[in-house]
Amino acid sequence: MREITYAQALREALREEMKRDESVILIGEDIGIHGGAFSVTKGLMEEFGPERVRNTPISEAGFVGAAIGAALTGLRPVAEIMYVDFSTIAMDQIVNQAAKLRFMTGGKTCVPLVLRTQGGAGRGNAAQHSQSLEAWYAHVPGLLVVMPSSPYDAKGLLKSSIRDNNPIIFIEHKLLYATKGEVPDEGQEYLVPIGKADIKRKGSDVTIVTWSLMVRKALSAAEILAEDGIAAEVVDVRTLRPLDTETIVESVKRTGRCVVVHEACKTGGFGAEVVARVVEEAFDYLDAPVLRVAAADTPIPYSKTLEDWVIPSEADIVSAVRRVVDG
Amino acid sequence: MESREKMLRMYRYMLAIRQFEHKAGDLFTRDAVRGSIHLYIGQEAVAVGVCSALEPGDYVVSTHRGHGHCIAKGGRLREMMAELLGKATGYCKGRGGSMHIADFGSGILGANGIVGGGIAIAVGAAFSAKYLKNGRVSVCFFGDGAVNQGIFHEALNLAAVWKVPAIFVCENNLYALSTPFRDAFAIEHVVDRAAGYGVPGCCVDGNDVLAVYEAAREACARARGGGGPTLIEAVTYRMDGHFRGDPCLYRSKQEVEEWAARDPITRFRAKLIESKVASAEELAAIEDEVRAEVEDAVRFALESPDPSPQDMLNDIYA
Repeated sequence: MREITYAQALREALREEMKRDESVILIGEDIGIHGGAFSVTKGLMEEFGPERVRNTPISEAGFVGAAIGAALTGLRPVAEIMYVDFSTIAMDQIVNQAAKLRFMTGGKTCVPLVLRTQGGAGRGNAAQHSQSLEAWYAHVPGLLVVMPSSPYDAKGLLKSSIRDNNPIIFIEHKLLYATKGEVPDEGQEYLVPIGKADIKRKGSDVTIVTWSLMVRKALSAAEILAEDGIAAEVVDVRTLRPLDTETIVESVKRTGRCVVVHEACKTGGFGAEVVARVVEEAFDYLDAPVLRVAAADTPIPYSKTLEDWVIPSEADIVSAVRRVVDG
Repeated sequence: MESREKMLRMYRYMLAIRQFEHKAGDLFTRDAVRGSIHLYIGQEAVAVGVCSALEPGDYVVSTHRGHGHCIAKGGRLREMMAELLGKATGYCKGRGGSMHIADFGSGILGANGIVGGGIAIAVGAAFSAKYLKNGRVSVCFFGDGAVNQGIFHEALNLAAVWKVPAIFVCENNLYALSTPFRDAFAIEHVVDRAAGYGVPGCCVDGNDVLAVYEAAREACARARGGGGPTLIEAVTYRMDGHFRGDPCLYRSKQEVEEWAARDPITRFRAKLIESKVASAEELAAIEDEVRAEVEDAVRFALESPDPSPQDMLNDIYA
């Protein structure tokens, strides 16, 4: 199979869905000729025209609100918020409007809106351009939260998200855009279902539950652990809401041990939710406490030395797994 | 001069709003309506004047003080009253209550509990109308308080840049809850801001239904003709408090009495009789019909069943 980058995979998903359905439009800052801050929409304005690839003024609340209004009246907008950090400016529109409109109106409408954004650290973008805010959005009934880790999942999940009738927070990772992976040829249609985790590596000694960029770190940690004879299973949840609790719990019941890894800081992070579900549903199967590997409870610093210290590394994952395996 | 039929319909809608609101206020006082309720009494000419210029497919985005917009756009009194009472037969099946009534079939995209929360949504509806070429316009109602929210600026600018068929209707009732207009604006009129967005604007007497109607008709013609958005400022006054039970410490009795003398329904009624559009008897007959409709809505709401929690859980996700 051919290999393409995560950014290319996302672009193909947008292009295929725009070709398939004229109600799909793109809205966001610098997504036209500039092609988006991470080049995901490059070439799409030339292909589909400025009516469908709509550049906006710097107005996150305004254009997210406009995307909601368009979604209520027959379109399927994909809005791009350049950094997840900027989604804070549109918080009323996302949390009070998009998430609740269907419910508040008695299920008589729906908001088919995809809010593409990207987060995460690792490039020295410092505290206002590097956050991992997925737990905030996963906390809101009415929203779905999708965080793909591979080009294959990115394409399949974005296509599913565009066809879904709910508001979806689709969070990419800035360090994943250039990563490559196998993806079927363009035109060979496939979808990845929302709400289904994927076991990225099989193993029998411990379950590592993770998402987004940390899936790659967990996979390298699993390689290191394998050299010591520890077989780690890596479960990529892919979507945080709905969370595929079944796959996680089934894996933990087989391995008896669980480590949850995420890039967001630990306190109030989504890892706490995963741990709670494991404890609620698989407590009797656990041979060790469930541990979390997460960022330190600090804003993301600029200096590489400091940033590396804050963000979980392969070594942090290896050490947590050793603790639960060795007891 | 508009047709007799149209003017009598305006009168009927204004009365329906007034009587509906009186009943809603009574039911709130009797604890049948929960939370808080923001009545539209005194502002009827704005909703009716604007909606009389609209087509059935056009969109309306409303506010926390939204009952009047909903009635004027064709919302049904029974489902509205049932929603206020939290019943299964209400527009939102008891999920939303007073501040979230929507009727998508009538183009009513929803009231809103967040001040200014709907302005950008209206821009999006206007964009879809333009994109789908369905000839619709999108009207956004909001109060003077919303004009000082950031989203007002973002939404008006976006509408202007995209040249979408949106009509922004600011109901300037002179108070944002308790804060008088002069304490929240360093300009004379809301409409002074229109120029800052390159949008045409006008200021009308919001207690004169025909003046509001004319302004809305002009804005609709501009929007449908591809001329882009308009900002209308309708100066009016809410005769009730911000919410039912508001002691209104921030305004004088004298001021309230002055505005009572400019009551939009009394004025329109006098005009209809004076210009011989209808006799006092004919208008009294309309008043009786409207009273019966409102009473029917109250009865329907009171007799309706409560919603079930199980059913509610199906409405979170599509």
